[in-house]
Amino acid sequence: MKYQSQKVAYWFFAAAILLLSLQIVYGFIMGFAHMGYDGLHSVIPFNTARAVHTNLLVVWILLGFMGAAYYIIPEEAQQELVSVKLAYIQLISFLLVGVVAIIGYHLNYWEGRKFLEIPRPLDWLVVVNVLTFLGIILATLYKGKKRTTTSLVLVMGLVFAALLYLPGMIWFDNQTMDSFFRWWVVHLWVEGVWELIMGGILAFLLIKLTGVDREVIEKWLYVIVGLTFLSGILGTGHHYYYIGVGKIWLIVGGIFSMLEPLAFLAMALFAVGMYRKGEKKHPNKLALYWTLGTAILSFTGAGLLGMAHTLPQVNMYTHGTLVTAMHGHLAFWGAYGMIVFSFITYALPNLTGRKLYDTVNGQLAYWLSNIGMLGMTAAFGVAGVAQVYLERKTGLEFGAVQQEIEVHFFVLVINATLFATGITMFIVEFFRFGKPNDEALGFEERMQKA
Amino acid sequence: MLSKSQARTFFLGGTIITFAIFLGLSWNSLSNDVPKQTNPQNLNEQVVRGKHLWESNNCMGCHTIFGEGAYYAPELTKVFERRGEGYIKAALMAKTPWAPRGRKMVAYGFSDAEAADLVEFFKWVGEVDLNGFPPKPDVSR
Ligand code: HEM
Ligand code: HEM
Ligand SMILES: [Fe+2]
Repeated sequence: MKYQSQKVAYWFFAAAILLLSLQIVYGFIMGFAHMGYDGLHSVIPFNTARAVHTNLLVVWILLGFMGAAYYIIPEEAQQELVSVKLAYIQLISFLLVGVVAIIGYHLNYWEGRKFLEIPRPLDWLVVVNVLTFLGIILATLYKGKKRTTTSLVLVMGLVFAALLYLPGMIWFDNQTMDSFFRWWVVHLWVEGVWELIMGGILAFLLIKLTGVDREVIEKWLYVIVGLTFLSGILGTGHHYYYIGVGKIWLIVGGIFSMLEPLAFLAMALFAVGMYRKGEKKHPNKLALYWTLGTAILSFTGAGLLGMAHTLPQVNMYTHGTLVTAMHGHLAFWGAYGMIVFSFITYALPNLTGRKLYDTVNGQLAYWLSNIGMLGMTAAFGVAGVAQVYLERKTGLEFGAVQQEIEVHFFVLVINATLFATGITMFIVEFFRFGKPNDEALGFEERMQKA
Repeated sequence: MLSKSQARTFFLGGTIITFAIFLGLSWNSLSNDVPKQTNPQNLNEQVVRGKHLWESNNCMGCHTIFGEGAYYAPELTKVFERRGEGYIKAALMAKTPWAPRGRKMVAYGFSDAEAADLVEFFKWVGEVDLNGFPPKPDVSR
C-alpha cells in the first residue's frame, strides 16, 4: 500500500466475504431441497433461496471489484482517492440496498427475472450508488499523474458494466423482448465487460507479483480484451437460439461463442507465461497461486464447460437444465470468485502490514475450496447429463427424472461442505490479519527488499 | 512481433465492428423476427397481466420458460398444450402446496381471474415460434 486512502478497500473485501458466506447458506438450502429435504419450504421457498443465492453472488463479486478498484486506481494513477468519506458512504448504502432487497425476497417482493430480481425502485438506488462509485474512481484517475493501460481497461470495464445495467430496467410486455434485453445485462456482463475488469485486475497482479515489464503485460492485456469483445459481443447469440427470434442467431451465436474460450485461453497462457518469465520473487506466494488458479479454472469453467453446450445442436437439449448450473458454478467461481480471492490474498498483507504469507490455513483454504468446487461441478454435471438424457431424449416426466437424480445432490452437498470449509478457513485467515493501518504504508516494498 | 499500439488497434477495431454488426442484427430481430414469431397481435391485456403475475411472484425462481429460469420445477413453455386449463388452474389456486411428486410448489391461492390471466399468458408463450425448442423426445422406449 502506497496511499492511505487505499485502506477503504479492506472494508469492501470484508463485506464481500461475509456476503459469500451467506450465499453459501442459501446454496445448502437449495442443495437439500433438490435432495428432497425441503423442511424450510414455508419460510424460505426455493425461489427465495435461489434469488438470495444468485443476488448475493453478484453483489459480493461487485464489492470485490469495487474494493480492487479502490486499491488499484490510487496506485496506478499515483493519487489519493478524491474522497474516502464518500467511498464509505457508497459501501454502506450499497449494503443497505442489498439487505432491503434480500428481505424483500423473503416477503414475495421482487421482479422475477432471472438474475435481475431486484425490484425497479431499488434499481434506481443501485444506479445512484454505482454513479457515486464511478465518480470517485474517474475523478481520481483524472486528477492523477498517470493513466496506465491497466487502469484504463479496468475503468472501461466498470463504466460499461454500469451502462449495461440499464437495458435490464426497461419494461416489456413481450416475454421474447424481455429475454432479449435481459441478456444484454447478463451475457454482456459475464462474457464481455466483466472480463475487462478481470483482465485489468489480472494485469495489475501479474505486474506486482512477477515483475515482468509493464509494457509487455499491457500489450497482452489489449490482445485478451480484444479477443473478449471480438467473440463475446456476437456470442450473445447463444442465448437467442430458442427465445423467439430468428435462426440467423444459430449461426452467428454458434460461431462466435465457440470463439469465446480463446479469450480465457489467452488469459491462462498469459498468466502462466508471465509467471515463468518473471524474475522477481514476491514473498506473497499464495497470491500467485490464486492468480494462476484463476487463469486456469476460468478457462476450464467458462471456456471449456461453456463450449461444451454452446453449439445450437447441443444447446437444444441442454438448454435450461442442470448442465447450465454445472457451467454456471465453475465459470462464476473460476473467473470472478477467484480473481476477487486472488486480489484479497495479494492486498491483505499490504493493507495490514502483517507478514502472514503462505500460512498452512491459507494453503488449506486454497485447496479445499477449489477441490470442493470441482467436485460440485462434477455432481451438477452428472445430474445434468442424466436429466438431459432421461427428460429430453426418452421423454420421462420432469418429476420422475428429478427423483432419479436426487442422489447426485447428496454428492453435491458433500463437495459443497469441502468448499464451505475452505471458505471458512479463508475467512479465519482474513480476520487474523487485523485491521488496515498507516504503518502498512510502504510495507510491500520493504518486504521485497528484505 | 505485435506492438502495443497494434494490439490496441486490434481491440478497438474488433470491438467497434462486432458491436456494429450486433446492433444491426438486433435491430433486424426486433423489427422482423419478433412480429413474425411471437404473435404480438395476441398479446392482450390478460396476457400482460399474466406476465406481471409471473414476474411479481418470481415463478422463474423454480421453473423455466423458453428454457430460462431455475431447475427445480418443470419447463412451462408448453404447459398449456401438455396439461390444459383445468390442471393449471388447480395448481395455481390451491390453498395448500401443490406437490404431485412430493416436491412442493408455493401455495399461491390465486383467484380465478388471476389464474385465468396466467393461463392466457401460458397460451401465448406456447404459441411463440422457438426454432424447435423444446425438443421432442426421440429415443423410443
Ligand atoms: C466467466 C464467464 C462466464 C460466466 C460467469 C458464465 C455464467 C453463466 C451462467 C450463470 C449461465 C446461466 C444463465 C441463465 O440461464 O440466466 C450461463 C449460460 C450459458 N453459458 Fe456461460 N458463463 C461464462 C462464460 C461462457 C462462455 C465462454 C461460454 C461459451 C463458450 C458460455 C456458454 C454458455 C451457454 C451456451 C449458456 C446457456 C445455457 C442454457 O442454454 O441454458 N458461457 N453462463
Ligand atoms: C455450498 C455451496 C453451494 C451450493 C450447495 C450451491 C447450490 C446451488 C443450487 C442447488 C442452485 C440452484 C439450481 C437450480 O436452479 O435448481 C444454485 C444456483 C447457482 N449458484 Fe450455487 N451453490 C453453492 C455455491 C455457489 C458459489 C460459490 C457460486 C459462485 C461463485 C454459485 C453460483 C451459482 C449460480 C451462478 C447459480 C445459478 C445457476 C443457473 O441458473 O444456471 N453457487 N447453486
Ligand atoms: Fe452467454
